[in-house]
Amino acid sequence: MHADPKGVLTGVHFIDGDHAACEGALAAGCRFVAGYPITPSTEVVERFAARIPLVGGVFIQMEDEIASSIAIQGAVWAGKKVMTVTSGPGLSLMMEHVGLAAITEVPCVFVDVQRGGPSTGLPTLPGQADMMQVKWGSHGDYEIIALSPNSPQECFDLMIKAFNLAEIYRVPVFFMMDEVVGHMTERVAIPKASEIEVVERRWTDKKPGEYRPYAAGDDQVPEMVKAGDGYRIHITGLTHDERGYPAMNPATQDTLVRRLIGKIRDNADKLVDVREDGIEGADVVVVSFGITSRVAAAAIEMARHKGVKVGHLRLVITWPFPAVRIRELARKIKAFVVPELNMGQMVLEVERAVAGRTAVLSAPHAGGTVHEPEAILAKIMEAAQ
Amino acid sequence: MSETETFGFEVENPVMPYLRQDRLPHIWCPGCGIGTTVNCFTRALTESGMNLDRVAIVSGIGCTGRVAGYMNLDSFHTTHGRAIPFATGLKLGNPDLKVVVYSGDGDLTAIGGNHFVHAARRNMDLMIICVNNFTYGMTGGQVAPTTPIGATQTTMPFGNFENPFNLPFLADACGAVYVARWTVYHVKQLAKAMKEGLAKKGFVFIEAMAPCPTLYSRRNRLGDGVDQLKYYKEKSKIVNGADTKDVGLAFQGDIIVGKFVDRDRPTWLDSMNEHYSKVFGERYVPYGVSHGQD
Repeated sequence: MHADPKGVLTGVHFIDGDHAACEGALAAGCRFVAGYPITPSTEVVERFAARIPLVGGVFIQMEDEIASSIAIQGAVWAGKKVMTVTSGPGLSLMMEHVGLAAITEVPCVFVDVQRGGPSTGLPTLPGQADMMQVKWGSHGDYEIIALSPNSPQECFDLMIKAFNLAEIYRVPVFFMMDEVVGHMTERVAIPKASEIEVVERRWTDKKPGEYRPYAAGDDQVPEMVKAGDGYRIHITGLTHDERGYPAMNPATQDTLVRRLIGKIRDNADKLVDVREDGIEGADVVVVSFGITSRVAAAAIEMARHKGVKVGHLRLVITWPFPAVRIRELARKIKAFVVPELNMGQMVLEVERAVAGRTAVLSAPHAGGTVHEPEAILAKIMEAAQ
Repeated sequence: MSETETFGFEVENPVMPYLRQDRLPHIWCPGCGIGTTVNCFTRALTESGMNLDRVAIVSGIGCTGRVAGYMNLDSFHTTHGRAIPFATGLKLGNPDLKVVVYSGDGDLTAIGGNHFVHAARRNMDLMIICVNNFTYGMTGGQVAPTTPIGATQTTMPFGNFENPFNLPFLADACGAVYVARWTVYHVKQLAKAMKEGLAKKGFVFIEAMAPCPTLYSRRNRLGDGVDQLKYYKEKSKIVNGADTKDVGLAFQGDIIVGKFVDRDRPTWLDSMNEHYSKVFGERYVPYGVSHGQD
């Protein structure tokens, strides 16, 4: 279906990534946001608070990030599309509710405008060091989806994709911005509502009595209802059976957890979203994401001027990781170079996929600013040896 | 409601249609007071005449946290301490719902204390039923923010020396529009308070004192559930309109019960709609004021 025109600010704008992310959420149909102020993400909710009264919906500034990350889940069961927005310290507080969203299969979007850490770290400066936290941060086994925009335009475009994927797979989706992408101002073109595809919730057409909240078909994703419609659902964070009732035994745990994992892992091929440039015939491939991809592009240009055959593979969806594509390339190239604003997180995934078939060079950075292109260039030259 | 089990009796227990009978038996111990509060709640629902499809119940974690799972309503068993913010999202997501938060003293006022005070401050339209048994039952009887000074708990093995909350005073001070306390001895009054609470708009707080014979009573040599009911009967004094700062509880001391607060304040949602109508005029479409209970 098409976007609701009420939320779509069609036209060409000169706005930063935080504002563009908010417009993406509005265009995607987000009508409930609960948040708590935290640099460098606050502008997203500030804009939402200013925009939502006339679009029709609710913004509430909660007492903390713990409350924000569960208030949105209450609103989902009332039928709303929802988002919360934060940065590192707030993300850490939200972790228990990432697990709740995973086990109760609540479609929701967590925006993380990453800053330097650990702890309070560098509130106003960029990092990309939450990549593993969003994948593994809540206890237990579950799967999530994460996207990494590298421009304000992508903050708009990919946000719509983030909301759509949340509905298709009923998982928490992480929108992994960083301080630079969030605060960089560029041209953002917002299309007409009729040109924006949004995915409706997977509402059931079963009647009360025949509907089972956690019975899933072949795609492993159950259909939804909302409170107030007469289904008298029970939703719990305990291990539950198809009725949604607690059933704390190894057999139910096995069925539930395998499905929570399977609905993403079994669809990992469909979920691959990488942007490739100059991969064919390359000796070296740079794997990057988010703001670092733009610095990497400059380094790659410099390397090509020096005659190195270097390609670029940018992860747009970072989780699930495109392991199959990386493995294919591993057979053909001399080395991967993985620059990131952390001390080596996604490089571990590259190494896992490569499994020793070729060299993998990490180009870590502790954060606080972006890489110097020369630092990435030096790794490319080393890799090309 | 489909046919219900009568367990050999000629007449069906009037509580049964409100329960998910396929989830019985429940987990509560003999002599526990939580079931009595549930009985009162079902009576309040009956007398309220509400469309039960539009009533949702939200619990946190703990013995009382299991109430949501037994009620035949749209029911949500959330995370420890976070029933109120979940309920806030549910209510604001669909203001036509009547949202009841049903949880224990530890869940609502220790780990969930911050959410409790802010929801009361905002006058969020939620009815909070707090079953206060002065302990953490599910985890084996640890000290709670409500444990009276002198009571022994596993994590206060030599007697509690921490000052407890006076819950009605806390709710009152934070802005609750309705505050009452009853014990599970006062079943009629408790059911009536719940009925009034269901009809009230805004942050409603009802404290239901209940025995935990397995952990609180046994560890403090207070006898069984019946002994605690006798204590409630003998030491309770009904003082409607009592100043909430005077209703604190001492170990096995006097219990002031009654309806302490009943006032009107605009809810969060009413305030938002009124404010934005002023700011934006006719351009603003009031949010969630369409139908009410049908």
